[in-house]
Amino acid sequence: MDNSKISHHISGQFNKELEDVRNKVLAMGGLVEQQLELAINALTTNDLELAEQVIAHDGQIDEIEKEINLECTQILALRQPTAFDLRLLLAIIKIIHELERVGDKAVRIAESAIKISGDVNSLPRHEVDHMIDLVKSMLDHALDAFARMSVEEVPSITGRDEKVDREYDNIVRLLITHMMEDPRNITRSLDVLTTVRALERVGDHARYICEHLVYMIKGEDVRHLSQEQLIDKINAPR
Amino acid sequence: MTAQNVRSHSIDMSSVLRDKDATQQQPSETCIKVENLNLFYGEKQALHGINMEMQKKKVTAYIGPSGCGKSTLLRCINRMNDLVDSARIEGKILVDGDNIYDKSVNVAALRRRVGMVFQKPNPFPKSIFENVAYGLRIQGINDKRILEETVEKALRGAALWDEMKDRLNDNALGMSGGQQQRLVIARAIAIEPEVLLLDEPASALDPISTLKVEELINELKEKYTIVIVTHNMQQAARVSDYTAFMYMGELIEIGTTSELFTNPSKKQTEDYITGRYG
Repeated sequence: MDNSKISHHISGQFNKELEDVRNKVLAMGGLVEQQLELAINALTTNDLELAEQVIAHDGQIDEIEKEINLECTQILALRQPTAFDLRLLLAIIKIIHELERVGDKAVRIAESAIKISGDVNSLPRHEVDHMIDLVKSMLDHALDAFARMSVEEVPSITGRDEKVDREYDNIVRLLITHMMEDPRNITRSLDVLTTVRALERVGDHARYICEHLVYMIKGEDVRHLSQEQLIDKINAPR
Repeated sequence: MTAQNVRSHSIDMSSVLRDKDATQQQPSETCIKVENLNLFYGEKQALHGINMEMQKKKVTAYIGPSGCGKSTLLRCINRMNDLVDSARIEGKILVDGDNIYDKSVNVAALRRRVGMVFQKPNPFPKSIFENVAYGLRIQGINDKRILEETVEKALRGAALWDEMKDRLNDNALGMSGGQQQRLVIARAIAIEPEVLLLDEPASALDPISTLKVEELINELKEKYTIVIVTHNMQQAARVSDYTAFMYMGELIEIGTTSELFTNPSKKQTEDYITGRYG
């Protein structure tokens, strides 16, 4: 792990505070990833107990978000950080919000797992599995990039978001067909739609984490850009 | 306006979004231009090839560690370094296009155009009125009415009039440090200079007096071009439009204050403003 960007302050205490908040973000990221993993397992293996566990643990993530938010506020007030330090804290405040939202999506998936449990066959498994692989890798790599404080992987991560969106559209088409064939499928199809919608949003949040990371490292606001524009900004010399 | 009103009207986005083009195109006029300036104290070179421009009616702050040459550079702008025997200068400084190091320049006249305020307030042991009127008196102006008008205007300009209007005949040394510093600013602006040089103007003041001086700087830039040297980076961030970072006698980076403090382009600047050792 490259800590050189955070450390080397003359004030050792300031180094410690930034390290501490960074480590808490990484811990929060780990917890959120775990929640997502368990929720997906609950869905694919029809494990209701696991789904209940995910729902019960969501409160922890909310608490961690509030705590990191408070720490950032205190550092901003007491240290008046500038340049990279300032961008680091602003990015962290946004990143933890994205993580908290991913946690909510895990709950959404767990709730759907409970609803769908009687009828697992209603899931278009092949397409859903593909989406699961994509969004899990996006979140995983986005958190890795944050840990390494590197934007190198960002284009490959955000590029995967386009694939997620395409797969989502495919599934929506499948579900519409399914519903048109027999109105009795509508309720179940809507549950499935909620699930894949949650997965698609996880991809979006992973993408936003990458955008906040680019702001932190490069000082460039790359939100709302096309993939090509984003790559240009990342490669532009400082 | 009620909340209802604010919410129901269509929102004019131009009031929310910064017009990037307008800020870039805004014609800023150069007031002070430094060209290839080298300064030596005896054998030792204190400033190395400085090139920079300072804009009219803007505040430019110099920041940098002790001994980096920021005060030396500031003092070049009204030729205070002439008073140092061993100092030797190469290069030019143009104020409104005139090279102030030209042989024909009258230094006393230059210093009327370029006023200076120092770290420690240095009022004369005279009345408040006479302190402010001093610059006019040495120009031979003794008309009571002109003096009274000028003193009032200068004290108002330095945000001191309301506090001091009933004490104009009191000795200036009886004022608080913060008041004394605003008094010497009043003394400097009484002769209506174009440029004000401020060398650590708030470093000897308490936080509230400091804020008053900073507020004053913000008002003074309506009329004057201001250059300020400060050790306090947050102060530079608060009061200036442009910030120059100097290190070891060189100008490392100059840019708008908002850009320099959020996304500096040089690593040395970043290390300094974030409090890192390189």
